[in-house]
Amino acid sequence: MFRNQYDTDVTTWSPTGRLFQVEYAMEAVKQGSAAIGLRSRSHVVLACVNKAQSELSSHQRKIFKVDDHIGVAIAGLTADGRVLSRYMRSESINHSFTYESPLSVGRLVVRLADKAQVCTQRSWKRPYGVGLLVGGLDESGAHLYYNCPSGNYFEYQAFAIGSRSQAAKTYLERRYESFQESSREDLIKDAIMAIRETLQGETLKSSLCTVSVLGVEEPFHFLDQESIQKVIDTFEKVPEEEEDAGEGEAEPEAALVAAGTGEQGGSGDQDVAPMEM
Amino acid sequence: MTFTIPIENGDAVKIAEAESQRTLYPYVTGTSIVAIKYKDGVLMASDMGGSYGSTLRYKNIERMKAIGKHSLLGASGEISDFQEILRYLDELTLNDNMWDDGNSLGPKEIHNYLTRVMYNRRNKFNPLWNTLVLGGVKNGKSYLGMVSMIGVSFEDDHVATGFGNHLARPILRDEWHADLSFEDGVKLLEKCMRVLLYRDRSAINKLQIAKITEEGVTVSQPYSLKTFWEYSSFHNPTASAEGSW
Repeated sequence: MFRNQYDTDVTTWSPTGRLFQVEYAMEAVKQGSAAIGLRSRSHVVLACVNKAQSELSSHQRKIFKVDDHIGVAIAGLTADGRVLSRYMRSESINHSFTYESPLSVGRLVVRLADKAQVCTQRSWKRPYGVGLLVGGLDESGAHLYYNCPSGNYFEYQAFAIGSRSQAAKTYLERRYESFQESSREDLIKDAIMAIRETLQGETLKSSLCTVSVLGVEEPFHFLDQESIQKVIDTFEKVPEEEEDAGEGEAEPEAALVAAGTGEQGGSGDQDVAPMEM
Repeated sequence: MTFTIPIENGDAVKIAEAESQRTLYPYVTGTSIVAIKYKDGVLMASDMGGSYGSTLRYKNIERMKAIGKHSLLGASGEISDFQEILRYLDELTLNDNMWDDGNSLGPKEIHNYLTRVMYNRRNKFNPLWNTLVLGGVKNGKSYLGMVSMIGVSFEDDHVATGFGNHLARPILRDEWHADLSFEDGVKLLEKCMRVLLYRDRSAINKLQIAKITEEGVTVSQPYSLKTFWEYSSFHNPTASAEGSW
């Protein structure tokens, strides 16, 4: 995408019928680190790659609990993501208070999408620069939605957003037909394997990812590092020789040997703006 | 509604007008509602009277209405406030339908919504002068609850409003049991309504029984109960209480 004379503000159409500012906002989502969601008939798993600003800092929180039955994973401008998560929590709790009943996921995402749409039609606002994977459970079953800065939302069986999400999507596309009937454990395993795809060569460790689950009779919660590592151990054929291997340690079965092919490790993106995670 | 009249204490007029906007006492009222859970859902009974003080003025008021697909609302108290509540619920169910997403408000949600409405009005010293009974069935589960004009709300297997609390509930406490058949449920409700007819002066002998099941709501045609006035204590009512009338 190149600069042009129609991209200065969000209320200007291009002659080909595009709103460039909205599309630029969607670019911001692609810069954030990967977030993945999958659902089965009864469970939804949200997983993300932990990215830290530097070795000294802790990693950004990208998955938020909205309610016992709804969770959200974000990619893009985390500040925008945080604000929208707060909005979702507010809507959810207001509904629970008035009706003593959990808010259905479909209605929450529509409200979220309408909120995003407003920002695409006001000259004094800018679109939210964050993509949200909203996973939840309601009367009509388990759902996974993707909310876009454009104000669109789509329902998915599985989806990935953020940087190098295409690798994860390829993996998910191969396997998605089995997800609906998947067991909880298999779903978690698939999520972690999809995360591994986005790391492209870097060793998969439980410290690098965050995984959350919700399901029938299982309120939203995060999996602890131990449980994640256990799942990793089931498919990592050779355990790492050195614990802190650093970047570029190849996995025996992966063909992607990271030997100076100019790949960036998990935290080496120089061209990512500090506010995007 | 408020227009300024050029007098010294301008606020007094506004306050006086505001006073007349609050509900202070009821005018046209309905008497008891009695409702029970039974095998297939909920049964509710009410008479069709609207009293204007001590005058039995209106004799064709339906005090039970279907709400959405899953609920039945019965009301005693001020009839105009009941109509207002029906308007609120109409708007609520309309918006619920407009989502068109397969989800719908069940009896529990409606009950809680009404509790919020009643309690908030009470806090503003402008109550809706009703006691509401909300029954329904959704996904096989029966629900029966009550909300009063001050926002007191609860669920139970059998509920009644007004005089029904004093005359009908003791009967229900003794004779209600789970999984009543439809015929037994109606018989039980008629027993309660008969006692109310004898003893509640604002009751009239024209009642309806409504049932709500998973299939939906049916409100019966109005009918009358058979009464018997030849009890010996009716002949000489003051026999055991000299001096009373």
